[in-house]
Amino acid sequence: MDQNHALIEIKDVTKVYQMGEVEVRALRGVSLEVHPGELVAIMGPSGSGKSTLMNILGALDVPTSGRYLLDGQDVGGMDDDHLAEIRNRKIGFVFQSFNLLPRTSALANVELPLVYAGAKNRREQAIAALELVGLGDRIHHNPNELSGGQQQRVAIARALVNEPNIILADEPTGNLDSKSGAEIMRIFQDLNAQQDITIIFVTHEPEIAEHTRRIIRLQDGQVLSDSSVKNPRQAGDRAYTRRARDIAHHENGADNNGAPSLAEEKIHPDEQSDPGSVETQSIVTQMGAEEGA
Amino acid sequence: MSIIESFRIALRALSANKLRSILTMLGIIIGVGAVIALMSVGQGVQQMVTEQLQSAGSNLLIILPGKLSDAQPGGGTQRRPANPLTNGDWRAINDPLLTPDLIAAVPEVDGYADVSHGKTTLRLNVTGTNDVFPNVRNYAVQEGRWISPEDIAGQARVVILGSKVAEELFAPGDFPLDQTIRINGIPFRVIAVMEEKGGGGFGSFDNYVFVPFTTAQQRLFPYLRSPRGEPTLSLILAKVVSEDRLDEATAQIENLLRQRHNITFLNEDDFSVINQADILDIFGSIIGVMNLFLGGVAAISLLVGGIGIMNIMLVSVTERTREIGLRKAVGAKRRHILTQFLVEAMVLSLLGGILGMILGFIGAQAIASLSEDLQSVVTLDAILLATGVSTVVGLVFGIFPALRASQLHPIDALRYE
Ligand SMILES: Nc1ncnc2c1ncn2[C@@H]1O[C@H](COP(=O)(O)OP(=O)(O)O)[C@@H](O)[C@H]1O
Ligand SMILES: [Mg+2]
Repeated sequence: MDQNHALIEIKDVTKVYQMGEVEVRALRGVSLEVHPGELVAIMGPSGSGKSTLMNILGALDVPTSGRYLLDGQDVGGMDDDHLAEIRNRKIGFVFQSFNLLPRTSALANVELPLVYAGAKNRREQAIAALELVGLGDRIHHNPNELSGGQQQRVAIARALVNEPNIILADEPTGNLDSKSGAEIMRIFQDLNAQQDITIIFVTHEPEIAEHTRRIIRLQDGQVLSDSSVKNPRQAGDRAYTRRARDIAHHENGADNNGAPSLAEEKIHPDEQSDPGSVETQSIVTQMGAEEGA
Repeated sequence: MSIIESFRIALRALSANKLRSILTMLGIIIGVGAVIALMSVGQGVQQMVTEQLQSAGSNLLIILPGKLSDAQPGGGTQRRPANPLTNGDWRAINDPLLTPDLIAAVPEVDGYADVSHGKTTLRLNVTGTNDVFPNVRNYAVQEGRWISPEDIAGQARVVILGSKVAEELFAPGDFPLDQTIRINGIPFRVIAVMEEKGGGGFGSFDNYVFVPFTTAQQRLFPYLRSPRGEPTLSLILAKVVSEDRLDEATAQIENLLRQRHNITFLNEDDFSVINQADILDIFGSIIGVMNLFLGGVAAISLLVGGIGIMNIMLVSVTERTREIGLRKAVGAKRRHILTQFLVEAMVLSLLGGILGMILGFIGAQAIASLSEDLQSVVTLDAILLATGVSTVVGLVFGIFPALRASQLHPIDALRYE
C-alpha cells in the first residue's frame, strides 16, 4: 500500500450555494488527504457540510474554489462528461436513501454502471458483486421486495461493480436499524481489508464511526478535528447470512464482539448529543441557530 | 451503451405507462392512418383506371361532343351539346380515305332504360353500338352472337346482356338466349350474353346491355337529336393502327370534324379527342389535389401528435428526475440521457406510426370493399413514408425534452422531490 501518494487530496475547498439573495457557505476551506486503503468516517452535526463535501469528493458536484486532486488528476477543471467518467470508473457512491431504480431487479440495478461503462459480461459481473454483499439469492428481486438493509447492500453492489478505487457513502446506515447498519459496516470493513478499496463514509452514530481507524469531524463547513481510532470496532457477523459468510470468509479471530474501542482524542461534547440519523427538517434554520450560538 | 439497449429501456419505460403511451400515440396513429388509408385507396383508383384503360386497348381514341374543359360534372353523355356528334360524323371518321391511321371507328349511344324480364325490372345503362364494338373494346361474347350489320340496317330489336345483367334477370336454370325481355316496354330478343369483364369506365360493363345503335336511336332514345333533327351519338370510339400513330390519327380526326362542323381557323373545337394519357392526366390531377388536401390534414394531425409527444416527454422527464440523477451519478453522460429520451420519443412515435399504418390499411380495405372493382394498394412508398415521417416527428418533438433531461445536474436531480 502506497501511503505516501494520496488518493484524494483537497486543498482550501469552498462551496457556496446561492439561494436567491442569500449565500449559503456550505464549505469554508476544507483541506484533507486520504491515502489508498484507508477507511474513514466523517461526522458532524446536520448542516455542517458533510454531504456537500461527499458530493464534491464523488465528482457529483464541483467546488466553488479550491483544488481537488483524485489519484493525481485535477478534477476541478473537468467537464461534465469527464466527471461522469470519473464517477463511473473510479468512484462508487452509496446514498442514504439507497436510490435504486424502482420496478427494476437488483441485478439490473447493479448492472447500471456497467451499461454506461460499455462493459461486456455485465450479468456475470453484477452477479459477482451481489454475491459479494451476500445477495446472490436475491438477484431477481425488485427493491420493494427487499428490506432496507438488503436494498442498501444492492446499492453497495452497484457501487462496487465497476471495481472503483473509492467507495463514498453518505450516511449509508442513516435509514437502517442498528442490526442492518452493522451488516453494512461489516461489508465495508471486508471490502476495505480484502479488496483494498478506500472507503469514506458519513455517519451520525459514534458506534458506527468507530469501525474506522480515522474520524474526520466537520463543523460549519470546516474540519474541526481529524483523529485516529486505536482499536477499531469489528462488525459482528451474526447478522450476516450464511451465504455471505461463506463468500466473504475470512479469519478474523479475536474481537468479533470486542469491547468498544476508545477514540484517541476526546469526542467533542456537542456531537454526542447530535440527534442521530434523522435528517433535520429545516437545515437552514438550524444552521442559523448554530451560528447564533 | 448500444442502441438496442436504449430501445429496451424505452420500451420498458413506455410499457410502465401503457394507457398514457397509447393516448399519446393517438395523434400519430390518426395522422398516419388517414394518410395510409387514402394513399392506398388513391393508388387503387389509379390502378383500376389504368387497368380498365389498358383492357380496352392502349391505342384507343375517344371522341366526345363538346369541349372537355367545359364539361360539367354529371353531364357526360347525357347532355345535349349545341353541336353533337352525328352518324354522319361517325361515317366520315370511319372512312379509311379520310382517316388512314384508323383501323375502325365505333358509334356509341348511351342512355338509361328500364330493362325487365318477368317480374324483374332493372334500370340499366343501355349502349347502342355497331358490329365491330367487341374488337375495339377487347370484349367478347360468352354465348350467342354479337350484333350483325343486318341488325343495324334493320334496327333489329335484339339485345346482348352483360354477364351480371343476365344473372340478375334470369333465374339460375333459365337460359337467356332467344328469350324476350323488355326495354322501356319494347320487346327485345336476347341474342347473346357477354363474358365477365369488370370495367368500362364508371361501373362495370357487366351491368350494361347492348343493342344496335340504330335501334337505340330510333326506338329507345328518339329524343337524342341534333338541332337539325339528325340522330346523335354519345361518343365515337376510334382504334388507331398503332400506338405511335396516336398523334397523327388525332390530327386527322380533328381536321375532319372541324371541316364537318364548319369551325373556322381561330374558333375552338366543339368536340374532344382524348386518349388514355389524357384520361390518366385528368385522374392524376384529381388525385394530386386530393393528395395535397390529405397532406395538409396529415401534417396538422402529425403536428398535434408531435406536440402531444413533446408534452408527455416533458412530464416524463420531470417524473423521472431522480432516475436521471441516479443514472448520471453512476456514470451516464449527457449523450446517454439524451439518447435514452430521444429513443423513447421515437419509439412512441414510431409505434404510433406502425399502429396507424395497420389501421390505415384496414381502413383502406374497408373503403375498397365498397366497390368490387376497387382494390386498395399497399405500396412500399406508403410504408416508408409513414415510418420515416413518424420517426422524424419523434426526433423533432423529442429533442427538446431530451436535451432538458440531459442537462440536469446530478445532485439537483437526485434531490428533486
Ligand atoms: N443545493 C443547495 N442549495 C442551497 N443550500 C444548500 C444546498 N445543499 C446544501 N445546502 C446548504 O449547505 C449546508 C450544508 O449542507 P449539507 O452538506 O447537506 O450538510 P450535512 O450533510 O452535513 O447535513 C446547509 O446549510 C444546507 O442548507
Ligand atoms: Mg447530509
